[in-house]
Amino acid sequence: MANPKPRIKIPKTASAGEVITIKTLISHEMESGQRKDKDGNPIPRQIINKFTCAFNGTTVFECDLDPAISANPYFEFNAKVPESGSFKFTWVDDDGSVYESEQAIEVK
Amino acid sequence: MQLTRRQMLTLTAGVAGMAVIGLPFDLALAAVEDTEKAIMDFTGGKKPETGKITLTAPEIAENGNTVPVSISVDSAMSGDDMVDSVIIFAEGNPNPQVATFRFSELSGSAEATTRMRLAKTQNVIAVAKMKDGSVFIDKKQVKVTIGGCGG
Repeated sequence: MANPKPRIKIPKTASAGEVITIKTLISHEMESGQRKDKDGNPIPRQIINKFTCAFNGTTVFECDLDPAISANPYFEFNAKVPESGSFKFTWVDDDGSVYESEQAIEVK
Repeated sequence: MQLTRRQMLTLTAGVAGMAVIGLPFDLALAAVEDTEKAIMDFTGGKKPETGKITLTAPEIAENGNTVPVSISVDSAMSGDDMVDSVIIFAEGNPNPQVATFRFSELSGSAEATTRMRLAKTQNVIAVAKMKDGSVFIDKKQVKVTIGGCGG
């Protein structure tokens, strides 16, 4: 499968203590394990099972995903920005791969 | 007591009817029971109350492959008034669990949106667990035109 590409939408600046909205999307098939191939054999499950967002090392938001999450998992959530720093996003695949992305934010 | 022919007929019809309706009903009930058990596992045996949590999902989803779902919990997200986690279930899916969100003080507010798969028309349930141990539930029926599992 093509390398999953994370996309993140986050404001570049915020005022101290402001609650911002973060939107994330990653391209991934999210094979549920319920589908069958042409010969009727079940296609093994391969999904992203965990998503985390951390700000300067502190966890902000976490999600455990089950096969019922759509392909190209999308998340929208809020985060409080106490100071300048960076948000780190991590996706964990069933096969053990970890996809990461980081976005800086400046407090004005 | 002697049964008349008419009484006998209604009786047999009734029993046959029960047998026919009974089977799929049991199956549907099993999935609902699974979900109820999973909710109890999540809450630690506590019966969830309604209120505080709001689940937003479309009334009719044309495509069960991607159904937007949002949850929002009424909480200050500081001190004792904190949401620990929120779990989403889809009663009619082969595997009812959809997602578990965990929030922190840096979340600012306990809100999240994602997209899920729904196999058929069914109830979607969200349960929130607060830091103080209280649990809240919200339920919504989503009508699905094209299912999103298998194929």
